[in-house]
Amino acid sequence: MKYLDEFNDPELAARQFEAIERTVTRPWALMEVCGGQTHSIVRNGIDQLLPDKVRLIHGPGCPVCVTPLETIDKALAIAARDDVIFCSFGDMLRVPGSHHDLFQIRSNGGDVRVVYSPLDAVRIAADHPDKQVVFFGIGFETTAPANAMTVVEAERRGLTNFSMLVSHVLVPPAIAAIASSPDTQVDAYLAAGHVNTVMGTDEYLPLVERFNVPIVVTGFEPLDVLEGIRRALVQLEEGRAEVENAYPRAVKPGGNPAAKAVLAEVFEVCDRAWRGIGVIPASGWRLSERYRAFDAEYRFEVTELHVEESPLCRSGEVLQGLIKPSECEQFGTTCTPRKPLGATMVSSEGACAAYYQYRRLDVTEKVDA
Amino acid sequence: MCLGVPGRIEEIRDEQGTPMATVDFGGIRKEVCLAYLPEAELGDYTLVHVGFAITRIDEESALETLELIRSMGSLAEELGEEPAEPEPDPAPSAVGGGS
Repeated sequence: MKYLDEFNDPELAARQFEAIERTVTRPWALMEVCGGQTHSIVRNGIDQLLPDKVRLIHGPGCPVCVTPLETIDKALAIAARDDVIFCSFGDMLRVPGSHHDLFQIRSNGGDVRVVYSPLDAVRIAADHPDKQVVFFGIGFETTAPANAMTVVEAERRGLTNFSMLVSHVLVPPAIAAIASSPDTQVDAYLAAGHVNTVMGTDEYLPLVERFNVPIVVTGFEPLDVLEGIRRALVQLEEGRAEVENAYPRAVKPGGNPAAKAVLAEVFEVCDRAWRGIGVIPASGWRLSERYRAFDAEYRFEVTELHVEESPLCRSGEVLQGLIKPSECEQFGTTCTPRKPLGATMVSSEGACAAYYQYRRLDVTEKVDA
Repeated sequence: MCLGVPGRIEEIRDEQGTPMATVDFGGIRKEVCLAYLPEAELGDYTLVHVGFAITRIDEESALETLELIRSMGSLAEELGEEPAEPEPDPAPSAVGGGS
């Protein structure tokens, strides 16, 4: 496929590794914010092929992983209702709530459906006027335009039986939270390329000024990831801290203006709790006043939730880059993708799932990590 | 979750006021919403996320990035050695990346 094979070329990757080798003189720690990049890094062994001086810290960029437990429990309560068809991206079905997950709701008779696109949920609502159709609207800025358009479309079609349970999260406030932490070890950030495809790069300028850290917009194929790493290291070695775009084929400085216009109308900024991390101020989007009629939190009153996180799960530390998944005592033993204790073991972008898929037989990792 | 998959626009049409396209992903064809890419044209490569085209893939930028990486030169070349024969068919990864 065009623009996939070219950016997987092993001979060019070897050149990048050599260029990185020549660049680095001191130890540096880089955080890849996005879980998609974490998977690319672990799957391709990029972290193991980098010079010893360069350490990659996995970031919180997995929306499935950071959706707060209380919201998962609300989703479970709504999905269990007889009058509801609950639609979700597939990744959410195995995410553990306090007591069960969406798969269990479905096996107990709940109508839970996996959709490829949120627009599918609107079609389902149009086909089932006798049912309430609820879409679980999660994601970063990348997914938000699709979810926003779905609400616009539901209104345009006059659907009164469609609503969305929204738990959107935003990347810049998460970077600010990590960079403000006194424990932070991160010298530079690889920004999540597709978030910037939508939002552009300008909102990262205040972050590099405030925290004096390089932020390099980075793609997802091996050559993209290596180019992001290389450019971050060049900045660090030269003592610069700038926003740089290493993914220009998909990211323009202004982002996608059509998408941003709809986002500004459909969503408004709110404080958001991140699972395993806590509340980060102004780090989420909820439906704006104008579209509140489509907000499932208002449509369905869910009370008496007894939110209870697994006491054994250390996903919060994983999400903040404080430990690697293999350092958790439960990793690969009591916690596996089939029986996960936390969402990081479930999602296709979760760091624990990446390590389970590609590194669980790597014994030295567990000892040396 | 934030997977973006590149594909080629094969057909554009209006579906009850919403611009839609058929996009080919290396043999798999899917229906994609073009609401956020109104300027899209037949034959454009686009990045698709959960059924929405979110950008045109800029061919010129793609080629520039590849050229930049090629120009880094390998150590072998700097030492005047013959470059190794490239593998005949490097295995492509299955899909594009995340967020």
